[in-house]
Amino acid sequence: MQRVNRDAMTDAAILIEPLIPALRRYAMALLHHRATADDLVQDALERAISRWHQRRSDLDTRAWLFTILHHLAVNRMRQAARRGAHSAIEDVAQVLLAEAPRQEEAMAEADILHAVQALPEEFRAVLLLVSVEGLSYAETARVLGVPLGTIMSRLSRARERLSRKMEAGHRAPAIALRRVK
Amino acid sequence: MTRPVAEEELHAYLDGFLDEARRQEIAAYLARNPAEEARIAGYARQRDALRAACGALAETPIPPALNIGRMIAAAHDRRRRRLRYATAAMIALGMLSLGGAGGWMARGAMGTPHGGVAGLSHVAAVSYTVFAPDHLHPVEFRADQRRALMDWIATRTGTRIMAPDLRASGYRFMGGRLVATEHGPAALFMYDDDRGTRLVLLGQPMRREDRNAPMARFQDARVGGYSWAMDGIGYSLAGPVSVAAGLLHPLANEARRQIADRM
Repeated sequence: MQRVNRDAMTDAAILIEPLIPALRRYAMALLHHRATADDLVQDALERAISRWHQRRSDLDTRAWLFTILHHLAVNRMRQAARRGAHSAIEDVAQVLLAEAPRQEEAMAEADILHAVQALPEEFRAVLLLVSVEGLSYAETARVLGVPLGTIMSRLSRARERLSRKMEAGHRAPAIALRRVK
Repeated sequence: MTRPVAEEELHAYLDGFLDEARRQEIAAYLARNPAEEARIAGYARQRDALRAACGALAETPIPPALNIGRMIAAAHDRRRRRLRYATAAMIALGMLSLGGAGGWMARGAMGTPHGGVAGLSHVAAVSYTVFAPDHLHPVEFRADQRRALMDWIATRTGTRIMAPDLRASGYRFMGGRLVATEHGPAALFMYDDDRGTRLVLLGQPMRREDRNAPMARFQDARVGGYSWAMDGIGYSLAGPVSVAAGLLHPLANEARRQIADRM
């Protein structure tokens, strides 16, 4: 029995490890805070390890991990909202700006992430899962636990709103990044 | 003629989820509708910019806390520890409920309810109830790890406690573990037969006044068995009532004989 468990855990390590960068990327873009994101990814991985046998199949591992992570992230965001905590908007921008040689690029990247951050949470999640993580619409529906039709309408509205925000941002550049000296 | 184009198809076009025939139809539709084409091209730029920005996030070094191998090892340790705590707690609860319900019978046993051989009978019955039905971890060390089991037991109880060979009576040694009792650690050995019937043999060093005790029968609604003490070690053999009514007494006698021979 123990041997079986250990083999299952080796599989877990092999299947999970390559997905960790994507999980961190999603959590950071969703929460806009690196330390919180890494905390959440750690929680999600611990859950995944303890519930490894609940997966439907190996093929399903990625969507399953995103589902676990997303649930944890939503709980965390709602707790933060209840406490009235203000998310550290500068944090992710600083992660990007830390690489000095690509300052301008980093500013543009921080800009779009800031615009995404301003979207409602449910739009943000759909946009990130589809556009960045490349999940199918059906997988995205599963991760978020909503019908496919809802995913499609949220995706459409998220893209439309983000376009408008980016256009507005180009007219009044980089206000979001002004730092307090 | 081509079907009308739905908004969601424009997104599926952008995300690469359309079949080739429909993809070409949508491409043709966009070629005829410059405003829509500009909108979808804008979404594509937005997506690329978002991917680039998020890609930079994913490139930050992975902190050591997210080392999956280490996390799995830690989870493994936690699970083993939890199992041990749960075992001790279940036994403690089992003892309380059996003692409190008063439905327990210890015929012919001497001493106070939780001391001496009668106390050992309680622990054997509770351990049988907890571990015999367990499909995952009935024992902590299996028969093929016998030496490690015996060394562990000797270290924790301070005594070499023997596991008799009951194969002549149709019961194979499965392995064992330590269990928690009021009087400290006790050895638990488990046996099973071809039909999956399991027996539990408990062994524990006894206090001075209980160093020797004649064989005594005990039984409740589901579990029965025999307990005795010899030369400072108490034993209790427990099994389902069906076995306790017949074969268990000769099995206990056989176990006692083997143990006496080895001493």
